[in-house]
Amino acid sequence: MKSVVVNNISKRYGSKKVVTTALQGISFEVDKGELFGIIGPDGAGKTSLFRILTTLLLAEEGTATVDGLDVVKDYKAIRQRVGYMPGRFSLYQDLTVKENLDFFATIFNTSVEENYDLIKDIYSQIEPFKDRKAGKLSGGMKQKLALSCALIHRPSVLFLDEPTTGVDAVSRKEFWEMLRKLKEQEITILVSTPYMDEASLCDKVALIQSGKILSIDTPEGVVKSFGKKIMAVKSSNMLHLLADLKRTELLEDAYPFGEYHHAVLKNESSGQELKNYLQQKEYPFEIKETEPNIEDCFMALMKN
Amino acid sequence: MFILLGMPVVQIIIFGFALTNEVKNSKIAILDPSKDAATTSLIAQMEASRYFEVDQVIHSAEEIEPIFKKGKIKLAVIFPANFNEDLQHFNKAQVQLIADASDPNVANTLTNYATAVIMDYQNRITNDKKLPYTINTEMRMLYNPELKGAYNFVPGVMAMVLLLVCTMMTAITIVREKEMGTMEIMLVSPMKPFRIVIAKAVPYLLLSSVNIASILLLSVFVLDVPINGSLVLLVFESLLFTLVSLALGLLISSRAESQQTAMFISLVALFLPTVMLSGFMFPVENMPLPLRTVSNIVPAKWYYSIVKSVMIKGIGLHAVWKETLILIGMLVFFLGLAIKNFKIRLA
Repeated sequence: MKSVVVNNISKRYGSKKVVTTALQGISFEVDKGELFGIIGPDGAGKTSLFRILTTLLLAEEGTATVDGLDVVKDYKAIRQRVGYMPGRFSLYQDLTVKENLDFFATIFNTSVEENYDLIKDIYSQIEPFKDRKAGKLSGGMKQKLALSCALIHRPSVLFLDEPTTGVDAVSRKEFWEMLRKLKEQEITILVSTPYMDEASLCDKVALIQSGKILSIDTPEGVVKSFGKKIMAVKSSNMLHLLADLKRTELLEDAYPFGEYHHAVLKNESSGQELKNYLQQKEYPFEIKETEPNIEDCFMALMKN
Repeated sequence: MFILLGMPVVQIIIFGFALTNEVKNSKIAILDPSKDAATTSLIAQMEASRYFEVDQVIHSAEEIEPIFKKGKIKLAVIFPANFNEDLQHFNKAQVQLIADASDPNVANTLTNYATAVIMDYQNRITNDKKLPYTINTEMRMLYNPELKGAYNFVPGVMAMVLLLVCTMMTAITIVREKEMGTMEIMLVSPMKPFRIVIAKAVPYLLLSSVNIASILLLSVFVLDVPINGSLVLLVFESLLFTLVSLALGLLISSRAESQQTAMFISLVALFLPTVMLSGFMFPVENMPLPLRTVSNIVPAKWYYSIVKSVMIKGIGLHAVWKETLILIGMLVFFLGLAIKNFKIRLA
């Protein structure tokens, strides 16, 4: 059985005069136990989608089911079995770490002991601070606590709305490792993120922009479908180089990528041509061919 | 905007027309065993004035106490057995005025009016006689012989403080969770609206009982206002009123979008009507019918009247059961509405 099925969902905000369309006819399916990533920039509609799936908002059009339950009709049943971690830190800031966990265990009619094995890996990291107020935790620890609270009732589907936004690189990595471990527990996880580099950590990713899904595939599939050559170029004057890259007819696109600039070659042009073009400029540069990664694919998809 | 422009208009109308300290058409009782020419014309004169309206004619002194406890009568005029004879033979007679002084202002005003009417009569009959007639008026202030203002304002302040504190406390609770975002995860849980609303009310009920205790202790030991009736009943009624206020606060909270709105609503929509229409500052009886009707939905009005009856007059549940029932009705209504209005979704 599919864990989450979204069928042609549309969501609009605002009154008659000013209508903002958050989602336009979105459809996708998530298998049981899958780690499904929804990648998109801020304002793409990720949060709206999550709120519709967690029964917090009603969609104007379309249907969706979670665990086979309709998000409108069976909202009560869904609320019992999903775990939700909103994008904004939403625990009780003036309760301690332990109190928050106990509280959420209680409202889900369970106890911390009952499902301790599930959250042990995560919770043990923040347990030394269990008497600290939740509002006083660091960003990474807040996320770990929020995840523990979302998991305390052993949900069958976990919704994580931008869990790594505002979290340092190390904590982000740790967080994704935790998600991979949770997958072993047969928990379906939907996670949204604005960071494209996190896409490769998912089983399947949907790229969303302006309320529309641009592609749904496995990270490998996304890369495979790219089909263009990419050259990585570096020079002492990166700004100048980027301007030159943008100017030439040889390229489809050029954008900064870490310490290099990525230059996407048009089908008819070759790396040698680009090299020749750059040699006419009066600065030293370094050029090499590189494998496209998922970020290159998304850049291309979002450009079209 | 409506509040900004509408408020002054409403206030001028209410303050100007409706809220006067003047006492009109007060219901009085007459005990007139002599039934002679003098008493009859005196009573007729009283009735002719716009201040009094004879509601009951009683026949024995024993009846006085019970009719006051019923609360309808503000003043009793007691004539002696041989009023006219006394007046004719000794040129001297006595009238007793008994006023319900649980509202000292009204009692004072009424006895003054009554005395004035009697004096007027005395002067008129004296005019064509050589020997002056004197009618002595003897006044008795029931429940509050010293006419202490505290007797009036303690019940009023109790009603106001409990209503405001309780409503404002709870009015921001649910909204705060909405603002903090905690409501978002709370909703995605098996918690039912009923449970959330009740869970919000319980801690504030405990806090409010501390308030009740401190207000009562202060009234008794600092302001010397006695608790003449049953303390248990008074506490029970206060808790009931607290619950009504909490339910009102929860209703506001479940509707309001922000803490500010919630505070504003509880202040404007509750404070003003409570002060103006509960009968504590301005007697409700003298207001025009529309305002009197509106005053019936002000919970503080009923509580104020209960506290006055129980605390000052010392009467029991049998006299305030109607008010109690109304408060219970309001509690059920507001709480039900709060639960029904609780939004199970975010938008």
